[in-house]
Order: sequence, then structure tokens, then C-alpha cells
Amino acid sequence: MPFIPHTPEDVREMLATIGAPSTEALFDEIPAALRAKALEEVPPALSEMEVGRLMSARAASDGRPLNFIGAGAYEHHVPAAVWSIVARGEFYSAYTPYQAEASQGTLQLLYEYQSMMASLTGMAVSNASLYDGATALAEACLMSVRAHRKSKSQRILVPASVNPTYRQVLQAIAGNQNLAFDLLPYDASGGHTTPASLEKYRGADITALVIQQPNFFGTLEDVDALTDWAHEAGMLVIAVVNPTSLAILKPPGSWGTKGADIVCGEGQPLGVPLSSGGPYFGFMTTRMEHVRQMPGRIVGRTVDLDGKPGFTLTLQAREQHIRRSKATSNICTNQGLLVTAATIYLSLLGPHGLAQVASTSMERTAELVDALARVRGVRLAFDRPRFHEAVLLLDRPVKGVLEALAARGIVGGCDITGHYPSLGNPLLVCATETRTREDIASYARALGEIMQNAAAA
Amino acid sequence: MSNVPADLRFLKSHEWARLEADGTITVGISDHAQQALGDLVFVEAPEAGRRVAAGEACAVVESVKAASDVYSPMSGEVVAGNAELGSQPELINQDPYGAGWIMRIRPDDKAQFAALLDAKAYQAALAAETH
Repeated sequence: MPFIPHTPEDVREMLATIGAPSTEALFDEIPAALRAKALEEVPPALSEMEVGRLMSARAASDGRPLNFIGAGAYEHHVPAAVWSIVARGEFYSAYTPYQAEASQGTLQLLYEYQSMMASLTGMAVSNASLYDGATALAEACLMSVRAHRKSKSQRILVPASVNPTYRQVLQAIAGNQNLAFDLLPYDASGGHTTPASLEKYRGADITALVIQQPNFFGTLEDVDALTDWAHEAGMLVIAVVNPTSLAILKPPGSWGTKGADIVCGEGQPLGVPLSSGGPYFGFMTTRMEHVRQMPGRIVGRTVDLDGKPGFTLTLQAREQHIRRSKATSNICTNQGLLVTAATIYLSLLGPHGLAQVASTSMERTAELVDALARVRGVRLAFDRPRFHEAVLLLDRPVKGVLEALAARGIVGGCDITGHYPSLGNPLLVCATETRTREDIASYARALGEIMQNAAAA
Repeated sequence: MSNVPADLRFLKSHEWARLEADGTITVGISDHAQQALGDLVFVEAPEAGRRVAAGEACAVVESVKAASDVYSPMSGEVVAGNAELGSQPELINQDPYGAGWIMRIRPDDKAQFAALLDAKAYQAALAAETH
């Protein structure tokens, strides 16, 4: 059923009123080359039963490989209770309701979510979530321009060790709003950003420095030194963080002397399963002084006329339904359902449980790196401390090795050769708490055999 | 009925301007505007030294309902923003033509002041808006 309430008669009447010959004529001014074409690749409709069969077959073709890819989305154990609670009718919606205050339960959940994120990141305020991690970074950069009124340059320093797909999204969204990004090199031995590499920007008008912790290579940046350097040079600091890691790493609010100014990141590790790249959710927190420049909405706790506690939307005056094109953001989609999952995940695990997930992931990765780096033709790219990912350098192209591993049911990591050709043959690997010692041993064994075979060939 | 002082000039978008003895103009939003917005919770006043054009959005007043732009009545240079509004945005509700001023501008051409709406014309504009 088409969700258009107008009858053909309504349409005729409307066209007659404005003097247009047909609906098609309304689109005349759009050049033909720009018009959307019919979707020729879409096959004819299938029945529910047929779709069910097709999808089961497709799902089965994925198999159940042993996964060692991270690169921005991480396989963590999600307790069964999380999604069974999320699926309750009271929670099962992707949006904050239009009459928000009528849904006190949803608002309370978002309030709890904000409290948890503010506490995890060590910042004063959190919004009710954003679209995903990459767009959250783009929003954070746009926000830094609004918040840092003394800086006129709209120039932002972005280390090459920031997730490359985030950098692409950043360019696509903020680059088109006249923000300029200067790429910072990473240290060849540590894979981190050094304050020395920043010296040439001292004295220049730069709006902000982006610091990803852990960075895309899994390496830990010297966040205290970088934060202090940026603040001393008159820049704001935008932190991009993995929320799981914050259970054991220093929260951005405590980086350096003053702490980061804006914190953002991908929320997927908190109870959201891997699912072909999404849907995930982004988070953002900041200092109180920048709260009005933060995109999205915030839920606040208040009292009603009778003095009873309740929850309400606060600080939505700058959202697009009020500010139109001047809104702080036009993509501040609230990923309500995934935020619900994250909030329930965090409350079931508690601070101690999350720290266990983080430290187990870190240990497993250390074991994985140890085992794989012992294989002939494989060595570790960087010698700095890391969280739960590492770059390995192979003596031959990564692609073929990954294909051979896949044939043995192992997804061996992310081939980052395309993003970092100067590294040679780099493979980014990750192990979370879901990988056992046996899993790691079978990966090492398979890799050893593959590298030996090919060497012999 | 809102208060429209006779000695001020106005914009249709509800800003007022007063020509000071030193040749600068003081700018704020009218009593009608503050009533329509309701309780103000935040004001973003421009920084001294900024160049503004007549009709340019150069400040933001935010109530619980909406964030609205404040337009400059004349072209010139901002000589001061009202810093008190940072911690006391309610000054605009309490005293829109006094302590609730938003910015002072040194106009490029003082003569343009006379071209702004006088109290009578602004009242007529208000009447037209409500009918």
C-alpha cells in the first residue's frame, strides 16, 4: 500500500490550482542526468516465505568463521538479556517519541545513558547519541569551530593514525562546510603521533587537534602530552575513543592538565552486534561551557508542578525542527534502539564487568600478537603499548594470505595496505574477550602453515 | 500591550537601537520580542572588534522554546557585547531596553540611523503582525 493519502482527484486539483500540467512537470528544472533512474537491478518481489529461504541461505554462506577483525567495529559477548530486554514493547523503537515527555521511560533510559557516557569519558555532559562514530567525529569538528570563537581558520589537525574511514567521512561532511584538515604523520617506530611532529603548527591559527585513543593501529597515543601541547598552542582537543577501553584507560576528561574539550566515538562495542557495518551509534560528550554548541538533544531531570521527579528534553532549541539550516546539526539522528541496548549492556556489566571485558581483550591481543609474530615472515609493526589491536607486517601481499586463512574458516584481520601503502604489507588484527587461547593457537598454526607453503612454492 | 519607547528606533525583526552621545548605537531586542520568546536561558553576544553589516545575524537569543538570531540594525564595528548576559540572560526579560542591551556598534554612517523604523512605525508593524 502506498503511504500517500492523495487520491488521483486530489492530485489533479492541486496541479490545476498551481497551473502545472502534470506531477512530472514539477521536476522539469532538474537536469535529466541528475534524475534518479528506475532501479533496474532490483528483482521482482518475493513472498515472505521465499525471502525467508533466500536470507537463510545467504546467512549460511557467511559460515561461522573465527573473527580477528576489529578496525572500528568489535565482536564482544552480548549477554542474552540485553536484546531480550531491548525487544520489549516499551523500548522497541528507534526514535525518541515526538511527544517526548509522554514517554517517561524512554527519557529516563536516555538520561541514564547520558550519565554513563559522561562518567565513562570523564566529561560534564553527554548528548542522547548520534548517528555513528565517523559522523560523530565530523560533528565534533564542526562543533569545535562553533565553540572556539577566537579561532577563525576552521583548520583542524588530524593524525594519519585516525581511522581512515572516519577521515573520509570527515572530509565528505565537514570538508564541504569549509573546514580544512591537515594530516599529521605517525611515528615510524611507535605508530603514534609525537608532539615534535606538531611543532611546525605552533603559532598558527588552528581550531582543534583530533586525538584517537587507542588509534587505528591499536597503539596508545601519548594523550597527556598531546592535549597539553594543543591547549598551550590555543587549540581545542577532540578525543575519539573506544568506550570499552575507557574502563581501564584514563578518561579524556583527565587527559593532560585540562582534559579534552569534546569527546566522541563509536558506541557499537557496548552491546551492539556486528551486522554488515551497522546500524551502530555515535556518542558525544563535552565540557559544560560548550554544551550549547553540542549537536543533538539532551534529556534532563526535573520536577513537575507537584514536585515529583520527571524527565524532559532540554537544550533542543538549536535542533533542526526549530533552527532549520542554522541548526547545530542536520544529521543528529538519535539511534534510540542501539542506545537502549548500550545502556542495558552497561548496567548489566557494571564498571567492574566492563573493565574485565577491556582487560581480557587486551590480554588476548597480547597473546595473539606474541603467537603471530613468531611465525616466519611476520613481524610487529610498532613497539608502543597497545589496547586490543595491532599491525603485523607480512613478507608478502596480505590479500592472498587472508584468502588462504578464509578457506580455513579464519577471518584473519583487516588488510590496511590500501590505506597505508608505505607500511608494505600491513595486517591489522584484533582479539577481544570472545577469542579463546585455542582460537589464537589455531590462527597461529594456520598462518604458520600458509606462510611456509607459500615460501616453499 | 508591549512597551515601545518613543526615543528608540527599531527593525521589523524586533531589534531596537539607541543613538548614544558618543556616536555609537546600543542594540537589544524589544519588549514584544522578549515576551514572545519567553524566559531566555542563553545569549550569545558578539565579540568586540567584529565587523557587521546591516541586517547581518550577529547574536543569538535562546529561550526554552527557540534559538533566534539578532540582526544588526546598521553596518559598523562591534565595540562591546553585554558580558552580563552570559550569566544573567534573564536581564533581557526583566529590562529589555536597559540592562538587557546586547551589543554596542560604531556605525559606519550615522545618518543611516534615521532610516530605521521609529516607535510609531514599529507599533504599526506590530499591529500588522498580530492581525
